[in-house]
Amino acid sequence: MEYTLKEMMTIMAAREIDNGDIVFCGTGLPIMTAMAAKCINAPESIIFFETGAIDPKLEEIPMAVADPRVMYGAASNSGLLEAFATMQNRKTGRRVIGILGAAQVDRYGNLNSTCIGEYAQPETRFPGSGGACDVASFVPRFLVFMYHEKRKFPLKLDYLTSPGYLDGPGAREREGLMPGGPTAVVTNLGVMHFDDDSKEMYLACYYPGVTPGEILDNMEFSVDVSRAVEAMPPTEVELTILRDRVDPHKLVL
Amino acid sequence: MNSSHDKVMTLEEAIARFVTDGCHISIGGFTVNRNPMAAVYEIIRQGRKNLHCYAHSNGTGVDELIGGGCISRLEIAYGGNGKAAPTCIRFKLAVQRGQLLVEDYTNYQMALRFLAGAMGVPFLPTLSGLGTDIVAKWGFSPEMRANHPELPDKKLEIIDNPFGAWGDAARVVVVPAINPDVTIIHVQQADRNGTCRIEGLNFADIDQVKAAKSVIVTCEEIVEVHQLREKPEYNSIPFIHVDAVVHVPFGAYPTACHNFYDYDPVYLKHVSHFAKDEKLYAEYLAKFVHGVKDHQGLLNLVGKGQLDTISADKTTGYAIGLDRR
Repeated sequence: MEYTLKEMMTIMAAREIDNGDIVFCGTGLPIMTAMAAKCINAPESIIFFETGAIDPKLEEIPMAVADPRVMYGAASNSGLLEAFATMQNRKTGRRVIGILGAAQVDRYGNLNSTCIGEYAQPETRFPGSGGACDVASFVPRFLVFMYHEKRKFPLKLDYLTSPGYLDGPGAREREGLMPGGPTAVVTNLGVMHFDDDSKEMYLACYYPGVTPGEILDNMEFSVDVSRAVEAMPPTEVELTILRDRVDPHKLVL
Repeated sequence: MNSSHDKVMTLEEAIARFVTDGCHISIGGFTVNRNPMAAVYEIIRQGRKNLHCYAHSNGTGVDELIGGGCISRLEIAYGGNGKAAPTCIRFKLAVQRGQLLVEDYTNYQMALRFLAGAMGVPFLPTLSGLGTDIVAKWGFSPEMRANHPELPDKKLEIIDNPFGAWGDAARVVVVPAINPDVTIIHVQQADRNGTCRIEGLNFADIDQVKAAKSVIVTCEEIVEVHQLREKPEYNSIPFIHVDAVVHVPFGAYPTACHNFYDYDPVYLKHVSHFAKDEKLYAEYLAKFVHGVKDHQGLLNLVGKGQLDTISADKTTGYAIGLDRR
């Protein structure tokens, strides 16, 4: 069955969600991923938003985390403080997985969503942290969506907005952060994971028709490709659910 | 002040009284939802300058205040506005041109800062931000802060956990309280004394209100006091915090107001298009903000047909099937 790149990225990320996860997500591919996982491989996962909506019905796709569509049929509608408390709560926090996007990611999975250039008067200003730094600071694991381009995978970030593994093993603990960090970076060419010991990004799989060399050509830093395999493309079942139930009006995909 | 007297007034009067040049302001809502837009446009119309604004993720409202030339300093977590503007356009341009002094925090940090202000404590701790440039890089220099007694000396500070390892944390980031001169929110229902009922998510509105020295509430409906007193547990804000109540139907337009109307994707897209170009944006402000007398004037320009498309469904609280492409 034919599939688009966005469908491939959504399914690759959705497969990283486990049943029972509490999924923190933003809009676009992150919400697609959360909804796909709930419909396909993690029916008991729970979707929540930093605005304070927990487990809404989501009969239509929200286009912002404050979209009124996140409020309908929710278990509770509260506010920002309650949402961020859910990520730190001793009972619920350890079940939360975040899904984030960024302008840059480095080899340790640190993210920049603030600016390119000098902070005081940048060449390009992005929206800023929002809740990204909070979720990256608090929860045990998060996924990152990126497009593979050299400038988006730089040797050094222009601004470190959200903490990954900082400068390597033990760094989160030294800073006083909760145990956690990114587990996967899903891009338009493949999926990167992080080595348990070095905390460095490595290539876990590349999409059909893509070579590991092509991926390295689109990064400033180099990563281990020795463990990389060809990704399993979306199945007919996954694609059918994605198209018929998750985004029937093609708002995102 | 703030007693149980009638606080209903016009928006023109409320803005003239409580929003002054150079004052510290915060507005309620989040990106495309329940921003007090009628008040934002009235502030622009009255030509307020040099406002110091505190925001977590106020998309539409803050971006229009920046575009309208009202804000010179901004403490913010997120300047994005959903699909219409992944990065708010006037915000982005003003920062890149060095026309706006910005201090970046996270959403949780800003929510805690409003809570600290509401509680009357000087700061609150969090584990968010450790190891990041949000701690390391400051937009307001220590010198600039020293020259402004109304600002804390520091953006934030990392301190050792005074309780040792209690709570499994060795260090915490402490963020300073915010007490704005004025907070403006838009709610579904208020009574004439200022008691408010917010439907759907409250975001950080309640603490923004309780942290402020003065509060303006705009509302879809003014209801009788006894109506809100029948189910007090559904009320969000008691009247003692509120200074002005203004009846403004569609007062959050073009952002959403849960159970009343959706955000207007057409208008938001239209503003984003104009915001990218100086001449077009000036024309937009001249026609839709300065060219009308009040919010009803803007709604008349938009037209009833357009407003009907965003009317909220009674069950879901939003406009089912609204074309949001």
